[in-house]
Amino acid sequence: MTSAPHKDEISGVDTTGHEWDGIRELNNPLPKWWIYSFYVCILWSIVYWVLMPAWPILTTDGWTYTKGLLGYSQRAVVTEEIQDAQAKLAPFRDKIAASEFSEIVTNPELMSIAVAGGKAAFGDNCAPCHGSGAQGAVGFPNLNDDDWIWGGSLDEIHTTLQHGIRWDADDDSRFSQMPAFLADEILERGQVEDVATYVLTLNGSAEANEQSARGAVVFAEQCASCHGADGTGNMELGAPNLADHIWLYGGDLPTIVETVSYSRTGVMPAWSTRLSEGTLKELALYVHSLGGGQ
Amino acid sequence: MTTTTDINDTSSPLSTLVQEAKGLAAAPHDAYHDDGETHVAVNSERNRPLYASRIKVYPKLAKGFFRRIKWAVMLVTLGIYYVTPWIRWDRGLNAPDQAVLIDFPHRKFYFFFIEIWPQEVYYITGLLILASFVLFLVTSIAGRVWCGYACPQTVWTDLFIYVEKWIEGDRNARIKLDKAPLSLSKISKKVSKHSIWLLIAFATGGAWVFYFDDAPTLANNLLNLSADPSAYMFIGLFAASTYLLGGLAREQVCTYMCPWPRIQGAMFDDDSLLVSYKDDRGESRGKHKKGASWEGRGDCIDCGACVAVCPMGIDIRDGMQLECIQCALCIDACNDVMKKVDRPLNLIGYDTPANKERRLKGLPEVAVNLLRPRTVIYTFLLIAVSAFMLTTLVTRATIDLNVLRDRNPLFVQLSDGALRNGYTIKVINKEHVPQVFRVSLEGITGAVLSRQFVGHENVSDINVPADSLKSVKFYITLPYANRGQLDNGEADLNIVVQNLTTQETVKNATVFRGPED
Repeated sequence: MTSAPHKDEISGVDTTGHEWDGIRELNNPLPKWWIYSFYVCILWSIVYWVLMPAWPILTTDGWTYTKGLLGYSQRAVVTEEIQDAQAKLAPFRDKIAASEFSEIVTNPELMSIAVAGGKAAFGDNCAPCHGSGAQGAVGFPNLNDDDWIWGGSLDEIHTTLQHGIRWDADDDSRFSQMPAFLADEILERGQVEDVATYVLTLNGSAEANEQSARGAVVFAEQCASCHGADGTGNMELGAPNLADHIWLYGGDLPTIVETVSYSRTGVMPAWSTRLSEGTLKELALYVHSLGGGQ
Repeated sequence: MTTTTDINDTSSPLSTLVQEAKGLAAAPHDAYHDDGETHVAVNSERNRPLYASRIKVYPKLAKGFFRRIKWAVMLVTLGIYYVTPWIRWDRGLNAPDQAVLIDFPHRKFYFFFIEIWPQEVYYITGLLILASFVLFLVTSIAGRVWCGYACPQTVWTDLFIYVEKWIEGDRNARIKLDKAPLSLSKISKKVSKHSIWLLIAFATGGAWVFYFDDAPTLANNLLNLSADPSAYMFIGLFAASTYLLGGLAREQVCTYMCPWPRIQGAMFDDDSLLVSYKDDRGESRGKHKKGASWEGRGDCIDCGACVAVCPMGIDIRDGMQLECIQCALCIDACNDVMKKVDRPLNLIGYDTPANKERRLKGLPEVAVNLLRPRTVIYTFLLIAVSAFMLTTLVTRATIDLNVLRDRNPLFVQLSDGALRNGYTIKVINKEHVPQVFRVSLEGITGAVLSRQFVGHENVSDINVPADSLKSVKFYITLPYANRGQLDNGEADLNIVVQNLTTQETVKNATVFRGPED
């Protein structure tokens, strides 16, 4: 809003002509110290432009910027700080890489560094499949629980990490293959349904009946050699425990039928070619510490 | 807004200065009304300076009741400020013995018997709330009491002006000295004044740093030049700002920088006691000769005593002004004069707008009404907040327990059908000796407590060092048979932590989760 500039009746001071709901602004001069402080700020900004990174510049190679005489760069500072932190950790990490698990577990200092390092490495490398809380997903095991396909001791976890599962490029990769009983025409569809019904009785989630009794016969013939007569699995062979409450692909009848019919071949990379030995140890310790380690 | 910058008032020295500077002294600025050839508009660019120098204020030393109160307040507040860090308070071994200490490295605040940890900073919030309610209450009752008597800006400026008076003399002597040409005596006076100001400034900055470290040790280190560089930096910073604000900037801080005068203006009402000139009694003002009659004139003899003592450089007789910090020194000055001319006192005094209104209507004055909605509400809030803070302070536990439930995963299904939840339990031991805390569960049956990382002597006991926080990951496992306690995948429980030495117990309510039905 504006009103005609005029001399204010009460103060005798000119108004600027700015008016808000009847409140008019008086045109008093600024104090000199204020204007000088303002000039000092302007000068300071010029000094700052000269000393610090300030202006973007377009060159033929794209955008760059004035670097400033002091050569300050937040990115360089962060890089340096990370290097410093790594350098401080280096002796501990070397020790972790060189030590047996039994030595690390009894050393609280090494242990806390290892678990923290493992957590960071897990977030960078493992979380995409296993989840940021290692909670897993369908086909990707939950690492918090106490059910292990290939073993949950520190050494077993370490081996799994080093060589992966069904990882062709690694000759020592863990390998297991369940036949696709329907696709390979080993069993009839009816037999697959029978055996799936029987599997559901193993952990008590379904009552035994006529169909499961037929399935038990099939199980003894086709499955028990790997999964055991009682269905508790065999970690040596990577045969999952079918008598517990944990299912990798799902514990309902249709899913079990699908698993028996077409098999499952989840893959985990071998990490020994990608991560250092120390990092693998840290990962093993971290995964082991999640609550299910054996 | 400010009288000092009224450039259109030809009598104002600023205006003259500006006119001279612009070579306009010959052309009257209000030529608007002339019939001559020069027609210069009121708002002519030439008439409007963009900025102006400060006009120096030379406050005369007042004597009287309010000046004595201000001396007393200065003595008490500065005394508290300089002495407090040196008061000792025994807290036993492993704890500092300074009564008031802000210990940043250990993130603790000590105030006599109170110890505040970072997570209890809400006590500071509470104190600030209390302080503002006190301020609101006092302001609605008696105006800018804070500004006039207790604000550090006022107190230090008062001290600096006193030093100035002591070295250079009172108002007239100082005006004369500033106008006098440079001489040895002028230089020596100015140098000694600024030296004393700087000494006070450094003492102020020096006292400040003692609040943040053990005072005797720090004093020793400061003298040996072995204290932390940050201590010297802060002394320098506070010395500079004290010297600048108290010595040089003075009233400009209140007029231009402080937001409080604007806020306080909104807290007065018709019953607020404000330092004011009773123009109904004083006008019409005029010089008075001894023995002349007081008939047909006001009591104000226009002696200017009130203007001479004003540290803000205003004339109280112009009415309520933004600049007025209500220091009441004009009351002292005027009463002095009223005694001499034998007229009733308090021509300038604490007065309410309501009473002024009544006097103008010829009605008798009424007693100040203290029970007004705003004073009652402020008082009530003040009591409520104090009571709340006192209660929380007295019932405050020396254990601090914090339970963080794992959210990722929410729960873990175990192979035997049991469910497991993870909890990070953080226990703070506020005692100055190590303590053992025992964790137990309440409100859930069959649940088993276990702990991350094996090899602990006792699963449920946490050893916490003195004055520390310990964070431990616990697991609670609910067997398959006890699943029935879950209601739609959720069961409430308490995690109980007991200090095994003091038997003090704290509980934290949390939940146990499983799959939703």
